[in-house]
Amino acid sequence: MSGIVESLRVLLGGAPRRVSKKDFPEEVQEMHKHKFADKERIEAIHIELREKAANKQPERWRRKRWAVLAAVNLLFLVSYYLDIQLLEGALTASRFAGFHMADLNSALQVMLAFKHVVINLIIGTVTIFILWWLLGGRTFCSWVCPYHLLAEWAEMLHLKLVAKGWAKDYHFDRRSRTWLWLVFVILAVVTGYTVYEAISPTGILSRALIYGPGVALIWVALLLLFEIFFSRRAWCRYACPIGLTYGFVGATSPFTVHYKLPNCYHEGECRKVCLVPHVLDTVLKGRAAEMEVDIGADCTRCLRCVDACPTGALTIKYKGPGDLL
Amino acid sequence: MSKKAKRLTAKQKERRKFLRSIALTVGVTGISLLGMVPVIGKWVERLRPPGALLEEDFLAACIKCGQCVQVCPVEAIKLADLTDGLGIGVPYIDSRAQACDFSCDGLQCVLACPTGALIHEISFPSQVDMGIAKVVRPAQCLAVLGQGFKGQARGADFPGKLRYADIDRWNPIKVADHPYDLELCDLCVRQCPIEISIVECALEDQRKSTGKIARVAQRQENECPPKHAIELRDINGAMTPVILEGCVGCGVCEMICPIEPAVIIMDSSDSRANSRGMRT
Repeated sequence: MSGIVESLRVLLGGAPRRVSKKDFPEEVQEMHKHKFADKERIEAIHIELREKAANKQPERWRRKRWAVLAAVNLLFLVSYYLDIQLLEGALTASRFAGFHMADLNSALQVMLAFKHVVINLIIGTVTIFILWWLLGGRTFCSWVCPYHLLAEWAEMLHLKLVAKGWAKDYHFDRRSRTWLWLVFVILAVVTGYTVYEAISPTGILSRALIYGPGVALIWVALLLLFEIFFSRRAWCRYACPIGLTYGFVGATSPFTVHYKLPNCYHEGECRKVCLVPHVLDTVLKGRAAEMEVDIGADCTRCLRCVDACPTGALTIKYKGPGDLL
Repeated sequence: MSKKAKRLTAKQKERRKFLRSIALTVGVTGISLLGMVPVIGKWVERLRPPGALLEEDFLAACIKCGQCVQVCPVEAIKLADLTDGLGIGVPYIDSRAQACDFSCDGLQCVLACPTGALIHEISFPSQVDMGIAKVVRPAQCLAVLGQGFKGQARGADFPGKLRYADIDRWNPIKVADHPYDLELCDLCVRQCPIEISIVECALEDQRKSTGKIARVAQRQENECPPKHAIELRDINGAMTPVILEGCVGCGVCEMICPIEPAVIIMDSSDSRANSRGMRT
């Protein structure tokens, strides 16, 4: 239970709490102490990492994830153009084979603005809630959100430019996202208009793909430029209320990335690729307070860390009913 | 630049990060509010799809998914762009370009709407309350001038569609593919979906009285429009289009009018200001 509270606190922008080493269970203390005894093993890992860096292989999970993301978004388009009514609507709300689905943040905005909920919207919201609870909440971000894909490409460019010294990576306080989430909740109630939807890059991109591009894409382009030149993955990290909404949903999800301390040699490869590296603070030297840790709610389950880890310390875990608490 | 000048203390860095974060939060909020101004201020007026609630409620309820767009057989419904001032992703109808002619019969857009922004209680075109037609340029009207009309109503390049039941009951065709030859132009009356429906109902009543009607084809109660929407009336010797109480503001008369700019335009200000989305 305390794990969930901590996970939510970090999700809202708090810094991950450090547990004093004295409070670690004895076996964990021992593990941390003897971690670097096996010099040979560590040398072998370094060689492997150097080799990996020399001839870059495509990331396994990333390819699968991009394929899923493209497939979901293109299914909307194909369904509309072939008029097969398989997946109607856009990411904000849709029908899959006639069954209602509603994006949780869009549905929340509409409910707050309209102050009245029709049964179709309840059906759609509950369906999507269950779906993303099962799949991990922010899994929506990295596996479905079209902005995420563009932002990943922008991120690749950003990292190259930073390496050349042509771009900077300014950090922001992660609590900005919580404030913005609250601002848009309040604005929806007060103005009676779904204010966030006007600037939601997710909605704008989804509609542009399905119904044709529009001037609103300029806003998306500006966000991407900002991320390329000034701040790595800024929108997803510091601003997007959709991410926070799905973060809440995924806080108790049975699907998580799972960390095993005994396998970890603290190379830090996972944190280099992570969109939300604060969820991986536990992998830092001497930080893990338990032998095994589930990664927190802000994790988008993009699984890049799983691919990046040279020692298999990070894996996918699907918890059974008994593991949930 | 010397290295010394660039070094910031941890406290200064934190302070800058904090200020940046405030700027980000305020900036994003500001931009979102900016987008709201023309919408809330109602700078632009356009028809909303059939069944649309009172504008304020409609804006609150619409989830901007475009399911109404997808089901419309004549593609009358468009989603507004940033520059339209009608709310990004919110549906509207530009009736001069493509009006709603109810060729879907069952108000498919209303059925498709997942949030009730288009009122679910509505069943028939005659209950729709999108606006009302207004004859704004009677002096240019061909009927008023006593002239006929021959050819394609909106020219050969006009992409707009209508359902012509005598040609194809189920699929709308291009207006350009349906040329007219009229002694006196009555396109606005002839193509009015409400008027067409009234004629159909009358024919059906006739058939019913002779006992030749299949049970499945029997119409539901209220399906027939109770009131006429438009007629050509002799006013001081000139046949003038007159909008009647039954007009629902679908915009077909505006779309079909061969005069440029159209003699009739749609006005949604009054009805949308008081409507709950449908006529009761």
